[in-house]
Amino acid sequence: MKSLEDLKALREKLQSDMKVRREAGTKIIIGMGTCGIAAGAREVMAAILDELSLQNLKDVQVQQTGCIGMCEKEVLVDVVKPGEPRITYGKVTPKDVKKIIVDHVMHGKIVEELVVGKIEQ
Amino acid sequence: MIPEKHIRTDVLVCGGTGCKSAGSAEVIEAFKREVAKKGLEDEVAVVQTGCHGFCEHGPLVIVYPEGTFYCQVTAADVPEIVETHLYKGRIVERLLYREPITHESVPKYSEIGFYKKQERRVLANCGAINPEDINEYIAVGGYEGLMKALTTMTREEVVEEVKKSGLRGRGGAGFPTGLKWGFCKASLGKKKYIICNADEGDPGAFMDRSVLEGDPHKILEGMAIGAYAIGADEGYIYVRAEYPLAIKRLKIAIAQAEKTGFLGENIFGTGFSFTLHIKEGAGAFVCGEETALMASIEGRRGMPRPRPPFPAVAGLWGKPTNINNVETWANVPLIIAKGSEWYTACGTPTSRGTKIFALTGKINNTGLAEVPMGITMREIIYDIGGGIVGGKKFKAVQIGGPSGGCLPESMLDLPVDYDSLIAAGAMMGSGGLVVMDEDTCMVDVAKFFLNFTQSESCGKCTPCREGTKRMLEILTRITEGQGREGDIELLEELAGNIKASALCGLGQTAPNPVLSTLKYFRNEYEAHIKEKRCPAGACAKLANYVITDACKGCGLCARNCPVGAISGKIKEKHVIDQEICIKCGACMTNCPFKAITKG
Repeated sequence: MKSLEDLKALREKLQSDMKVRREAGTKIIIGMGTCGIAAGAREVMAAILDELSLQNLKDVQVQQTGCIGMCEKEVLVDVVKPGEPRITYGKVTPKDVKKIIVDHVMHGKIVEELVVGKIEQ
Repeated sequence: MIPEKHIRTDVLVCGGTGCKSAGSAEVIEAFKREVAKKGLEDEVAVVQTGCHGFCEHGPLVIVYPEGTFYCQVTAADVPEIVETHLYKGRIVERLLYREPITHESVPKYSEIGFYKKQERRVLANCGAINPEDINEYIAVGGYEGLMKALTTMTREEVVEEVKKSGLRGRGGAGFPTGLKWGFCKASLGKKKYIICNADEGDPGAFMDRSVLEGDPHKILEGMAIGAYAIGADEGYIYVRAEYPLAIKRLKIAIAQAEKTGFLGENIFGTGFSFTLHIKEGAGAFVCGEETALMASIEGRRGMPRPRPPFPAVAGLWGKPTNINNVETWANVPLIIAKGSEWYTACGTPTSRGTKIFALTGKINNTGLAEVPMGITMREIIYDIGGGIVGGKKFKAVQIGGPSGGCLPESMLDLPVDYDSLIAAGAMMGSGGLVVMDEDTCMVDVAKFFLNFTQSESCGKCTPCREGTKRMLEILTRITEGQGREGDIELLEELAGNIKASALCGLGQTAPNPVLSTLKYFRNEYEAHIKEKRCPAGACAKLANYVITDACKGCGLCARNCPVGAISGKIKEKHVIDQEICIKCGACMTNCPFKAITKG
């Protein structure tokens, strides 16, 4: 390390390890009510975490929420990209995860066939 | 290559001394155990941090990304947090902080009243990063000030930048730091030293400890910048041995910084070398005085010597030396990294930047608060401190430790900076704030602080050794009802002489608590002396317990009196025999009708 630029580069690299303590870009929120867990929310979350690490998406925050009353449609997964409407996906299974992350999170293309709702932010 | 696991949640557990003594080590263990039990160890990280400053409510736990703030968490609470929050994503309501007045629960760290009015610059990393991991410090911009100074600035430019920032010594006296550096830089001699004064000793002050424990690399970085500026290649951190956790973390930080190349020989190939040592002090208050501190490092008895020569000319082992306090050093990396212009945007024209205060005493939110200079005392005590415990009336705030003074309610709207406090008869000191309510006797407070300085006096010079002893004797007899006419004048005369003739800052400032209480609460002294009465009812030997007409004659007080001083018929008002009464207060505590008063 010889210059301020070198140190700043190192900072950027190390920052990704502390990403959850900062405001992130995209948020993925998983319904973790009893209904959600019973419908397999844990497995969906595990698949999401695996896919995020596979794609090396350090800037994505994964949060959980309780039951929002649409238990019929569990597992519910919301994707919130900065400045875009909050998209709610329903009946998500682990095998849908790749499509949601690659198409929507990475490329901004909403996976229409799984959408159950859209909330303008 | 196996991709790194995506950690979705950081659980930050405070590992400062306050939270540790409240059991945070067990909380961390419990989190690790429960997280593993639930199979969450690949998605949840448990991190130990430094102090958040909200020590009253420790052990503190913050869960990110939500930023949920849990208070007074015990190991027994952990399974519920892991199950409910980490596994199911639901906040554990009962562990949230509640505002003292509204009783509303506040889920987010950033929304708590205690933090709202703070401007956490020096403390920004305390509680936010793991102090035992240099990578977390680098990740928040650490060592960029040092790198900037070494690779893009001359020594003169660094001194100039600190001068322009207006930074003044945070240890108490408020001497301009840049000026001090300039003196030492101008001193002739190849060998120079840098010292960090971490001999924090004011009763109730613990900001230096928190910075050392929570962000040790910031001190290392500040010292390295200072060493570069004045041309030193060696430094000492003088820290009291009562701070074992601070010492441990400093040692870890120094080892990591040496390994990474921020300390040692030829740093970043710039030709600048800097090595740091830790010197553990034995905890004598006088060693916070710079010449006594240097004597202690040299292995001699910690006693001050007359100045000049000042340390900048002849300091440690006779070499030019620059000494600054912990909080001062912690400001330096910010000034260099962000520039003096950024720095001066905060504070008042003569006192730039922020100051950390340790809030203690009869205040709801005890802890550490970092505020911009110029904020009023009222904002600190009521908005940040949450007001007086039990809704009692504010009486005075003692600021600046044993060297400072007491300010009454009429001074609450005083903007807090170095000069306004001196003008009011107090001083910034290291930033201890002891809040007192209506039940506090101001003569007793003066006695407490004088007792402290008297026992910490090193005994080298007569004014301090003998003078404070005599003053303490007078104060003691006043609080015991033996005060004489002329005692106040005698106190004032002694105080003036000690201030003028004591050798070092300890003696010169020792009379301040007496003088400021005399200035603002003279009537209390007079009541003690002339009427043999303690208006606050705090001086046990002057207390008179009296039964009022609210007495129903239940006889409970008479049964509880250990010396049989209370008599009276059942269903009739009782009387206390003042000759027999030993002023224990048992009657008042037990009276169901609040019919006994103390005056």
